[in-house]
Amino acid sequence: MSASPIIEIKDLRIRFHGDDGRVTHAVDSVDLSVANGATLGLVGESGCGKSVTSLAIMGLLPKQSAEISGAIRFDGFDLLKTSDQTLRDLRGNRLAMIFQEPMTSLNPSFTIGDQIAETILRHRGGSRRSARERAIELLRRVHIPSPERRIDEYPHKLSGGMRQRVMIAMALACDPRLLIADEPTTALDVTLQAQILELMWELKAASGAAIILITHDLGVVAEVCDEVAVMYAGEIVERAPVDELFATPQHPYTVGLLGSIPRLDHRAEQLATIEGMVPNMAQPPAGCRFSARCPFVLDACTKAPPPLVEVSPGHLSRCIRAPLELLVS
Amino acid sequence: MTALLEVEGLVKHFVAERSLFGRALAHVKAVDGVSFSLEAGKTLALVGESGCGKSTVSRLVLRLIEPDAGAVRFEGRDLLSLDANALRKFRREAQIIFQDPYASLNPRMTVGQILTEPLALHDLVPPAQRRERVAEILRLVGLEPRLERRYPHEFSGGQRQRIAIARALAVEPKLIICDEPVSALDVSIRSQILNLLRELQDRLGLAYIFVSHDLAVVKHIADHVAVMNLGQIVETAEADALFAAPRHPYSRALLSAIPVPKPRAKRSRIVLQGEIPSALNPPPGCRFHTRCPYVVDRCRSEMPQLVPDGTGHATACHRTSELPSSAAIVPSDGGFSPVLEKLVAAFSGGPEAVRGSGVSSLETDPA
Repeated sequence: MSASPIIEIKDLRIRFHGDDGRVTHAVDSVDLSVANGATLGLVGESGCGKSVTSLAIMGLLPKQSAEISGAIRFDGFDLLKTSDQTLRDLRGNRLAMIFQEPMTSLNPSFTIGDQIAETILRHRGGSRRSARERAIELLRRVHIPSPERRIDEYPHKLSGGMRQRVMIAMALACDPRLLIADEPTTALDVTLQAQILELMWELKAASGAAIILITHDLGVVAEVCDEVAVMYAGEIVERAPVDELFATPQHPYTVGLLGSIPRLDHRAEQLATIEGMVPNMAQPPAGCRFSARCPFVLDACTKAPPPLVEVSPGHLSRCIRAPLELLVS
Repeated sequence: MTALLEVEGLVKHFVAERSLFGRALAHVKAVDGVSFSLEAGKTLALVGESGCGKSTVSRLVLRLIEPDAGAVRFEGRDLLSLDANALRKFRREAQIIFQDPYASLNPRMTVGQILTEPLALHDLVPPAQRRERVAEILRLVGLEPRLERRYPHEFSGGQRQRIAIARALAVEPKLIICDEPVSALDVSIRSQILNLLRELQDRLGLAYIFVSHDLAVVKHIADHVAVMNLGQIVETAEADALFAAPRHPYSRALLSAIPVPKPRAKRSRIVLQGEIPSALNPPPGCRFHTRCPYVVDRCRSEMPQLVPDGTGHATACHRTSELPSSAAIVPSDGGFSPVLEKLVAAFSGGPEAVRGSGVSSLETDPA
């Protein structure tokens, strides 16, 4: 990406200290950047560290148990070093987040209008009346029918798709520069998923915000992202422009993920499977973290952790066997 | 050949609201006149959005809940007339696997106890041979027999779903209802479970009713598909025929919205406007008319019937013959690139498929 990055993450490491004294390496040496107006897909399976990374950006990890190092530069601030006051000024303002479960992220005892207006009043000030007008206009932007009436409803009156729209409206209330969407469509039906993806597309085109989309669905990634980072066991194992990732993936884990998706055009008798289990992150393996499950493994893979290297311009892989096409030609 | 399972005009209305004296005031029409049949060894998928009644149908078929009207025949026997004893016997023939493997296994029982219970209840295997049979079932679903002493919490989500499948298989059923069996699982685990279900079907001749909202998964596993909307089947067809050219406007919208793993895939997505109407008060006429892009006056008043076309493809839409071609509606993933295709094959083939791979001393602990 040639445009200047809106967010730059350098060598992010997150360790969790459990009550029993165990230390879990949730995220290790993650480097990421997202250009202004671009969409980055952060892909991986449960426990790979993708959500923890996003919570670290938002400053939402518990201070007692999470040990965070590295740097997260956003809009001139290092988010890991700023005061709580500054973070509160940024969150919901220039930095916004949408969560997977819209029911648990809305407060059931306030109307949706109050909840959207709260964000506006906190960051923009002004009168209650003008905040309410802005809230109605936001609900209209996310295509909620008759927003003047809906604004006084409580979250339980709305369907799942509607609630997710309200979450999006709230996230957009102060024109964020970066929007983090953590599995925004996972809890929704395929028809609603289509509506929400279309909506995010539309809003991105209108506002120019950058998006970090966290998902396990490679179909969704193919549809909306410009660039993709694949995470496995706390590390980024591959980063590439979206076309390249799907055409010539350079990490065996990505190959396994792509092979395990049932496809529409081609009825395979067997889907690819990734055998074995994710390593125990209290004691990460010495070598490549994927080596125990990798069919392309060599002796060298188990000895030292592989570095993230550039295989072709803009395409990085943490695999000593890359470029992988040489293995099958 | 007579069908393994025949369902005719199934109706289930739940009471949503009662008056002070217990009189029903409002009903949710969860299932409203559903008919289908399933042959032995085949898979029928029920698809549709949340609340369309697909899970209710699956429970009615097993008589886990009692229908208000309609008939369910299993190998010609009418299930609704069975008494408690006969019903218990029938449960040997038909089993169910649920979506959430965390909630569907008793946390206080070991895997061995979970799998022995059905054997004992139905008195299938003499007590002395039960342990051996448990070991056999565990191997069948790809788990090691030594795991029988462990408790469910010691397993990962994928392994728990294997245990749930093992429990269903223990009584050697002919039909297994799979209610969203892979939706709670990660992508790579999901493919393992799908492969396992396929393999078991081939080996044991099982029939499946597969309830899912993930259409790519359905395309992969189903022989027949029934698309449901608000308690009714709106289209039913062979899976290949449906995915090649869906006819009902609702099926078109569903299928056009499937995300495919291919950037810039050709697609003509139909984004439905409006909300799903409530099953408490379904719209008159065609229940899809409030969201249908092809709606005409007739749809608002007259309910369309499911009309078969003679090739096993039936559609419930007044305008079936007038609608534009749907050939390009299902997004095309256009296949993987040749390099990726080879890499996936090599990945599945294991170390021997790749030149110079393999390690001499690697500690692996296969799940």
